[in-house]
Amino acid sequence: MIRLEDLTKIFRTPSGDIVAADRVNMEVPEGEICILLGPSGCGKTTALKMINRLIPPTSGKIFIGGKDTSQLNDIELRRNIGYVIQQIGLFPNMTIEENICVVPRLLQWDIKRAKTRAAELLDLVGLDARQYLKRYPKELSGGQQQRVGVIRALAADPPVMLMDEPFGAIDPINREIIQDEFLKMQSELKKTIMFVSHDIDEAVKMGDKIAIFRAGKIEQYASPDQILAHPENAFVADFVGTDRTLKRLRLLTAEEVADRNAPITSRSTKVEDARQVLAASKARFAVVIDGENRPVGFITADEMRGASGTVRELANRLPATVPIRADLRAVVSEMFAHDTMWLACTDDNGRYAGVISQPDVTTALRATYASAPDAAHDPGAP
Amino acid sequence: MEVLSFIAANWLVILGLAGEHLSIVVVAVGLAILTGVPIGIAITQNKRVANVILYIASIIVTIPSIALFGLMIPVLSKIGQGIGWLPAVIAILLYSQLPIIRNTYTAITNVDPALREAAIGMGMTPMQRLMRLEIPVALPVIMAGVRTAVVMNIGVAAIAAYIGAGGLGVLIARGISQTDPRQLIAGAVAVSILAIAADWGLLKLQKRLTPAGLKR
Repeated sequence: MIRLEDLTKIFRTPSGDIVAADRVNMEVPEGEICILLGPSGCGKTTALKMINRLIPPTSGKIFIGGKDTSQLNDIELRRNIGYVIQQIGLFPNMTIEENICVVPRLLQWDIKRAKTRAAELLDLVGLDARQYLKRYPKELSGGQQQRVGVIRALAADPPVMLMDEPFGAIDPINREIIQDEFLKMQSELKKTIMFVSHDIDEAVKMGDKIAIFRAGKIEQYASPDQILAHPENAFVADFVGTDRTLKRLRLLTAEEVADRNAPITSRSTKVEDARQVLAASKARFAVVIDGENRPVGFITADEMRGASGTVRELANRLPATVPIRADLRAVVSEMFAHDTMWLACTDDNGRYAGVISQPDVTTALRATYASAPDAAHDPGAP
Repeated sequence: MEVLSFIAANWLVILGLAGEHLSIVVVAVGLAILTGVPIGIAITQNKRVANVILYIASIIVTIPSIALFGLMIPVLSKIGQGIGWLPAVIAILLYSQLPIIRNTYTAITNVDPALREAAIGMGMTPMQRLMRLEIPVALPVIMAGVRTAVVMNIGVAAIAAYIGAGGLGVLIARGISQTDPRQLIAGAVAVSILAIAADWGLLKLQKRLTPAGLKR
């Protein structure tokens, strides 16, 4: 848990005082990712760097795990906080292994334990330990370096991580991949994370909560869905963009929306039987599955009217299928690409998992709009 | 031809003088590393102090060596060392400060700020940062300063023969006073070869000391 209380930073410059953070109050619950979001110069990075005292606060308090950090000295504090920066900052004179072992060694871990930990962490991000431990940073691609940057921060297993635009310098394709990997890791590690970003899409994807900053103040602190559905003021609405409803598509997966009870039939089923199944469910079509439960086609009520024989002869090919884990943005994109109102969903093994339709999607979006506007409202925000 | 036969006949003497010559430079630059590197690191903390120190070091280099030797005679005479090996070592120690301090200072200040931020953020103390990150990363540039100092001062040491410090300058000085071009040329060529060899050897050492991750 990280709690900021009236955290303030005033930079005294020859041309006058600049208030970079103005009585910031917020709390990040244990195991959650909080994104500090806003335009450049809004104070988000200042707020982050005050937590590990790279920038000393002017006033206010910071609590980590309920403990007032002002009781700790700088060095002790920082060794117990994972820190990842955009420029990665791997030490070029050290091997990947030595880089990962920096904090464990500072904490006087046994060499063997530190090395085992390094190998373990490399495997965690899909880099072969035998191949990479002895390499130097310059021998790795940008994406690989940033993975190492992240695991280096995780090395001593700190409860709290600070990440300053960690994926900002990576190309868009690799960024998506690393973000996904990181979320997967986080679902197991459950670190409490403060994460600075200027990218609303990244914030929506990564954050359990988002704090939107302007001129050193928090404008809104709420869940991504809350911020997209109910921006608290014009600044937030403007910042998240006019397409904010479309952005919300990423917050839901097909799993949450798909109709799992949609009628199905198999190729060898008699048309009359299939017709009865359809009539019972009031649907206009049924998905045809093969012997291994994989969706292979569909058949409509109209086509079956007056027909006989088996489903095999009448079945149409499916234009596409979507994984049930896909987010709604990907689902809608597939629907638009194939000019279809519905798609069959598959599970991880390619087996049929339900049907998702455009009305299902719009209904789901409407449902979250209707939810109480102050459900996730932070009482501490100004 | 005469020069070659002179060298052939006196190569043991020349080798001895070269050894003397090198001992002056090695001791002086060695001491200069012990003073210059810490000074170069210390002044990274304060830009104004850095400018003053670098300015002083630059002024020292502008003093002609023969004048510096002359200035030291009355001072060192008080301990009976007005001429000879000691003033030569002191002069070269002073001349070496500029390249060593300047290169150390530049190399440390040029360490990527992101590396420094990462190091601080990870909880390294200033001393740990210096020893584990900044000095290793700066080492190639510091070594380049040492090389400059050595090569520059092999020349200066030749002049130290005039205050009785020995070395290859003895041949040159004698060549001039006896109008003997054989000694003069032999001395000059030996000094040049010594400088080139030292530079080459130090370049090898520099490559050796460069951390593997920084090599191109």
